[in-house]
Amino acid sequence: MRRYFGRKLLIYLVTFFLAVTIDWLIPRLTPGDPIQNMLARAALNANAAETMYTYYTHAFRLDLPIWQQYLNFWNALFHGDLGISTYLFPTPVADVIKDAVPYDIFLLLPAILLSWWAGNKFGAFAARTKRLDNTALPIAYLLTATPYMWLGILLAWLFGIILGWFPIAGAYSYTMGTELSWTFVGSVLHHWFLPFASLFIIFFGGWAIGMRNMIIYELEADYSHYLEALGAPRKLIRKYAFRNAILPQITGLALQLGVIVAGALVTEVVFSYPGIGYLILAAIQNQDYFLVQGCFLFIIMGVLLANFLIDIAYVIVDPRTRKGMVGE
Amino acid sequence: MWSRSKRVISMLVLLLLSVGVLGALAVGQVYERSETLYVGGAAWGPASTWNPFQPGSLANTTGTLGLVYETLFNYDPLTNVMIPWLAESGEWVSDNVYEVTLRDGLTWSDGAPLTADDVVFTMNLADQYEALWFAPMWEYLVNVINIGDLIVQFNFTSEPLYQEFDNNLYNIPIVPKHLWEDRSEEDITIGANENPIGSGAYLYDTHASDRNVWVRNENWWAIDALGLYPAPKRIVDIRYSSNNVALGSVIMGELDLSNHFLPGVAGLSDNNVVTTYFDGAPYMLSANTAVLFLNTTIAPMDDAVFREALAYAINVDDIVNVAYAQLVAAASPTGLLPSLSDYVDEDVVVELGWTYDPAMAAQILADAGYVDVNGDGYVEAPDGSAIALEVTCPSGWTDWMAAIAVISDSCKAAGINVEDVTPDYGAWNTQMQTGTFNMTLNNWAALSNTPWTLYNLLFRHPIQAQMQSGNFGRYDNQEIFDLVDALAAIPTSDIAAMKAACADIQRVLLSEVPMIPLWYNGMWAQYSDAVWTNWPVDGDNTPSRLPTTWSGYWQLGGLMMLCELEPAE
Repeated sequence: MRRYFGRKLLIYLVTFFLAVTIDWLIPRLTPGDPIQNMLARAALNANAAETMYTYYTHAFRLDLPIWQQYLNFWNALFHGDLGISTYLFPTPVADVIKDAVPYDIFLLLPAILLSWWAGNKFGAFAARTKRLDNTALPIAYLLTATPYMWLGILLAWLFGIILGWFPIAGAYSYTMGTELSWTFVGSVLHHWFLPFASLFIIFFGGWAIGMRNMIIYELEADYSHYLEALGAPRKLIRKYAFRNAILPQITGLALQLGVIVAGALVTEVVFSYPGIGYLILAAIQNQDYFLVQGCFLFIIMGVLLANFLIDIAYVIVDPRTRKGMVGE
Repeated sequence: MWSRSKRVISMLVLLLLSVGVLGALAVGQVYERSETLYVGGAAWGPASTWNPFQPGSLANTTGTLGLVYETLFNYDPLTNVMIPWLAESGEWVSDNVYEVTLRDGLTWSDGAPLTADDVVFTMNLADQYEALWFAPMWEYLVNVINIGDLIVQFNFTSEPLYQEFDNNLYNIPIVPKHLWEDRSEEDITIGANENPIGSGAYLYDTHASDRNVWVRNENWWAIDALGLYPAPKRIVDIRYSSNNVALGSVIMGELDLSNHFLPGVAGLSDNNVVTTYFDGAPYMLSANTAVLFLNTTIAPMDDAVFREALAYAINVDDIVNVAYAQLVAAASPTGLLPSLSDYVDEDVVVELGWTYDPAMAAQILADAGYVDVNGDGYVEAPDGSAIALEVTCPSGWTDWMAAIAVISDSCKAAGINVEDVTPDYGAWNTQMQTGTFNMTLNNWAALSNTPWTLYNLLFRHPIQAQMQSGNFGRYDNQEIFDLVDALAAIPTSDIAAMKAACADIQRVLLSEVPMIPLWYNGMWAQYSDAVWTNWPVDGDNTPSRLPTTWSGYWQLGGLMMLCELEPAE
């Protein structure tokens, strides 16, 4: 057991190191200069430009040799310092992310977990009913192939503008400040629903299709036929089929996380939801090295952590993994 | 199993419904809608600083300058008048002494009086710290002193830059000495200045990552002194992350004033879904000039004849009607905005100006030896080398992307091989500043009281390795540099001399065509009449103010708009 997790942990550490290095490197490889971009937005009208360019380049330590910048980056990272954003100057990146990330978690966690759970249940259920299989599955195919942005705009238009049931922008009503009251909580949920629903619907379709195919495969497997021949009740066979079919879905969840996060970012832009979605876009466009690094660091850590949890879950649900570890 | 799945699904549906219903029921109003003005389009990122010295859109917190901190003068670009604001009056008592008399009874929002001491302190900051944007003023300023509590005297060297100084008068925010004098250099130049204390019509209320909220200053000095009272009690400035959301919000009446560029607003305005400044084209007031910069260090754009042919080849009408669907107006070849049309020398324009004329372009090219040698449909240079140019703008700026597509198409039709390319904003910016582009669009001269602002952008000098604030095409001509310098040193009261200087500049601009002014970008503004009325519209007895919340424009009319708004019904 310890060796299993030790090995896993080592892999995660190496992955983290490589991912963060790439995260640091990529923005610096793109053409352009963050300080120039920052000062361009200041629309300086005078000779101040040259002076300020030198001033800020030094202030951000961008005049150091590249290897020195890399070492400084790791050093700062271990001290919990993510640097100062050039795009949102002079706010520290850590503050920007601290404000945005709760919204991401609040949106993503329920959407991912609920859609996974409901999609699997529905897929397994649909696989057994011919009529449902013929009607609902094509819809699921359609849903999962829908671009996030398009579905988001469609939902906003229908439920926001036409029907007026839900607001189309913001994380809570623009008529109030943050406070702990039922009205505020209600407003947060009200604003959360459409972005959540648009993510949920798309994820749901994907999981349902996967599960439906797996169940059909498992029901045709030799062990199912063998059980059937032994006269086992249908319910028991399905139970076994489901337990086997769920395993690839768990792996799928781990594999899909990166894609899911990317989709969520687009959805946040469509609904003006104040997570890191729009921040990443703006940070990349303005070559805000520090904000890009910070946002992706959060995503890297989130995805790795989720994968780690899924590894643990795998041990719990798949007896073979457990057996393998004990048998060492 | 059957029933279990059913139960699961019905539970799920119930859960989703209840979340929705709970949300729908629980919405309550906290800010009274009829007292709150919702605006958007100024901020593109979360609020990050309330430092009034952080210029331009760097602040992302529109209102810091104009609503909280105020300037000595305001300026109305529609009538081209400087409006005394914190100053009661200001005059040149001699060629190099300017005297400002402050209003009596000015106060900071914390109750302390605002006096000449504060003005002197503010001006001296820029002498001390060269990282402040108005520090260059001190190159021709000797000292700033106060005579009593109300009079401030600016003593200049023998050669003050009158044009720039006038511009500074309505752009330098006056900060309270008693709260700023103990701050460090870093706090003053780049500090975030949370909870700003100013003298203006609004106070900082709160902010979140997608909004800034300002609340009316009931003790504002101008309520008594000028009889001004802004109608909205609160201003909520919303940061939308995409334009479609802003559009939806205006249509739903949730957003009162949108300063976003929304394609297709012409149709919405015609159908009275939204209100715009003009009833018909161009619908919007003009905010700045979109100029096509040509890299004059690269052949064939080092040839004035070729540049002139380009000017004739570009179909500006298509940019206006197709790319912008009539939301902008074509620019004068002199580049000056309609508000500065007094400084356009019509004789020069008639003699040397250009309009879209592909036949003329072809003629000019042929006469100069630019002919299609290899039969590919595009002309080659007189020395036989192929011409293949790129016109750029930042990726994602959809209106400009459509415009450069028109430029590319019309140049190709005239036989000049020009492709439209859209690099990322950062890459575009770097290309522009380091001079590694062929042709690119730029509009960085803000709406201003003086033609010098535009010509300073177009003919910025000296030519350096990095051109950060103008003359991106590195057009090197000492004659015109001298002319622009001469304009800068003319007193703003000497209109005749300014006109003469502008005429000289325009003669060079139009005959040498170092860059091509194409169209006026709009001061994008669409308003909803649902909650607030009496918006600025064109007409005789209607409010005519700049209907904008953009950073740096409050003192150009935005604040007056707030004072003239009326609740609906």
